[in-house]
Amino acid sequence: HTLMIITMILAMVLYFMASMIINELVDRYMLEGQTIELMWTIAPAVILLFITTPSLRLLYLMDEIHNPIMTIKTIGHQWYWSYEYSDFVNVEFDSYMTPYESDNKSMFRLLETDNHVTLPMHSFIRIIVTAADVLHSWTIPSLGIKADATPGRLNQSSFMINRPGLLYGQCSEICGANHSFMPIVIESVSTESFIEWIK
Amino acid sequence: MPSLAVMASKKEVPQELSTAPFDPRFPNQNQTRYCWQSYVDYHRCRKLKGEDYAPCDYFRKCYESLCPFAWVEKWDTQREENRFPGKI
Repeated sequence: HTLMIITMILAMVLYFMASMIINELVDRYMLEGQTIELMWTIAPAVILLFITTPSLRLLYLMDEIHNPIMTIKTIGHQWYWSYEYSDFVNVEFDSYMTPYESDNKSMFRLLETDNHVTLPMHSFIRIIVTAADVLHSWTIPSLGIKADATPGRLNQSSFMINRPGLLYGQCSEICGANHSFMPIVIESVSTESFIEWIK
Repeated sequence: MPSLAVMASKKEVPQELSTAPFDPRFPNQNQTRYCWQSYVDYHRCRKLKGEDYAPCDYFRKCYESLCPFAWVEKWDTQREENRFPGKI
């Protein structure tokens, strides 16, 4: 049935094309403006080239494989994140949001946590994201990373931090009453400080 | 001299920090199977080769890096109670 429709449409189009090619009549209004036609074909093509080149490069860069030097696991719970470092020592801790104190004006409301995820700089880090109860999503916008935390599934993402400092993020998948109150803080330190900390 | 000390400790780092390497069997985002497979392979290796066979430790390091502690505890309990779903 579908093939019949396709064949009919194809036949109709071929008939139109043939009739136009064989036709001796020329529409005198259709042949002017060659220059502008050329310009408005070439200019968008060039614009598209400028858009494609970095885009394609980024697409392939995102899928590059590199061997991470460490793996951290993050598990989303209602309503906090827990982190596990298990490459050489077994470290695990929970990270709850610190409630906003109105007299401490220097803290970020809804973004600070009691324990920061300490990570070394200039190292490829693999992060495995999962959840213990409902869907969550772990994200750090300044690193361009977001991964959904699904119970029963380990989602892998990897990143490298190029500068020391604090990087913030918030849970990005609705997970109940305190979904807005489970932030993520990464503290990026030098490799030596990281080794000191983890011991 | 501080810079030498820093360089010395930097040299230690690649040996100290190592983790489950990229496995081409599991190239995509979903690493659940990598964790499961490493766990199962370690226990099969131990059963086949004995407790002291050192190369089995490669699998142990992989699953310890990748699998959440809760999952490992659950599977260990299941193995002890003989109701582990995998074939070991």
